Amino acid sequence: MSLDLATTRRIAKLARIGLEDAELETVRQKLDGILGWVDQLSEVDVEGVPPMVGTETEALRQRDDVVTDGNCRDAILSCAPEKSGPFYTVPKVVE
Amino acid sequence: MSYVIEGKTGSWEIVVGLEVHAQVVSNSKLFSGASTTFGAEPNSQVSLVDAAFPGMLPVINKECVAQAVRTGLGLNARINLESRFDRKNYFYADLPQGYQISQFAHPIVGEGTIEIELANGETRKIGITRLHMEQDAGKLIHDQDPTKSMVDLNRAGVALMEIVSEPDIREPEEAGAYLRKLRQILRYLGTCDGNMEEGSMRADVNVSVRKAGEPFRTRCEIKNVNSIRFVMQAIEVEAARQVEIWENGGEVDQETRLFDAARGETRTMRSKEDAHDYRYFPDPDLLPLVIEQEWVDALKAALPELPDAKRARFQSEYGIPFYDAGVLVAEQAVADFYETVAKGRDGKLAVSWVTGDLFAALNRTGKTIETSPVNAEALGQMLDLIADGTINGKIAKEVFEDMVETGEGPEAIVEKKGLRQVTDTGVIDAAIESVMTKHADKVAEYRSGKDKLFGFFVGQVMKETKGKANPALVNGALKSKLDA
Repeated sequence: MSLDLATTRRIAKLARIGLEDAELETVRQKLDGILGWVDQLSEVDVEGVPPMVGTETEALRQRDDVVTDGNCRDAILSCAPEKSGPFYTVPKVVE
Repeated sequence: MSYVIEGKTGSWEIVVGLEVHAQVVSNSKLFSGASTTFGAEPNSQVSLVDAAFPGMLPVINKECVAQAVRTGLGLNARINLESRFDRKNYFYADLPQGYQISQFAHPIVGEGTIEIELANGETRKIGITRLHMEQDAGKLIHDQDPTKSMVDLNRAGVALMEIVSEPDIREPEEAGAYLRKLRQILRYLGTCDGNMEEGSMRADVNVSVRKAGEPFRTRCEIKNVNSIRFVMQAIEVEAARQVEIWENGGEVDQETRLFDAARGETRTMRSKEDAHDYRYFPDPDLLPLVIEQEWVDALKAALPELPDAKRARFQSEYGIPFYDAGVLVAEQAVADFYETVAKGRDGKLAVSWVTGDLFAALNRTGKTIETSPVNAEALGQMLDLIADGTINGKIAKEVFEDMVETGEGPEAIVEKKGLRQVTDTGVIDAAIESVMTKHADKVAEYRSGKDKLFGFFVGQVMKETKGKANPALVNGALKSKLDA
């Protein structure tokens, strides 16, 4: 497997990570190394083996439909980089 | 196929599929214990899970799962006893996690069908591809500040059902019928309130065009259309736009578009150009969702009667026509109202009062069936008064209008205004005598063969008795006196 520069640029864009052209080749090589390492898994023959979805044998735990949380606006907004009144604020995004 | 677009190069048909996002009725959110109540103070119904604080783990709400299963059963669909959750990755200010927890490869509900009815009375089956559960996003408010958008996360994490249809729809009208029927089923089931104005039901519309017999061409997706009328309009203008592109030698690009109702056009959503690269992967925080067949069976046994079944039962149980039964079951509250009125009474008479005089009164007074000035019990009592001969049909109209105005019961009104039907033959005979004396000339004409005058005499006698005479008794007595 070999990752090209265009794909590297696209992955960065999708992840909203700004990369200078000078950095691109370094990142490409690192990512390619990781992918190559993970790709060793494909050498294992898994024909007929069901996909493993977790290390636990139990199924998903479910909770009852009751309101037990919320009403903690001040605590949540205290961590916001920008806020106004009861809202978080972000640079204007309009279609 | 009745809907075609006539282009320069011939006729085009349209191919439409709908993805409906229906907000699940539940007390708390899909993966957190925060409330789902609409219209609360901004950011007051947000837990640390909804705001995506590091280390927070989602725990699924069992009732939301039950609601999805009920909906699947209502759509005659396959229920998957094992389903899974995936992360759909994208960045937007209304999505704190940076991904939406959704079901991609293994949804909880598989193929089903909805039967729709068109204006001409024809029915068609529209296939359902799947239904899956996912999280709703928060809300952005743009009009409070010139440079900032405000973020309210109260809606973030509320459970949604995404219901995907097959590309079976061939006319704008069918899309409207499909949405109305789906909304009706959801409301009957109590799994979504179907309120498009408040955004608890929204549709993404996939549109393409083709010449008859061709395979599908490229489609465009029109996002977040929030009324049935707009869905139908969006399909028309988008299909026309695509025909023009193809006929001018162009290519339709697969893209996400917005419908601008004010301008009556669709346009590209540039911010979503990477929208189809969601890099789904299984959510490592959530194990597969496994449900038991016995639990599904129990939910099925407890389902309410759905519109199609209710309509068929109304037809057979109350002897009313298919059309009338359809009008009654359109809303569950109307169906319940009707059934209270009709139970143990004349079903045909009941339907004519409910869909006739009652609907007219609701229209006139701006009320709904829930706030009706005349309740079902009172209307039923009035039908009893007609049935036992206390009042006749004409007087009943007067009694009903009084009920609408005063909210009093029918018996009280009949007594108060002295509207009891006259069945005393002495009184009726006297009225007939009086009329025949006053109109001796007409009597002579009638007796010399002018049969048509019979109606005139009936009218005069009714007038003489202030409309209260029993019409059958009047007819009988009048006939024997005139023909004597």
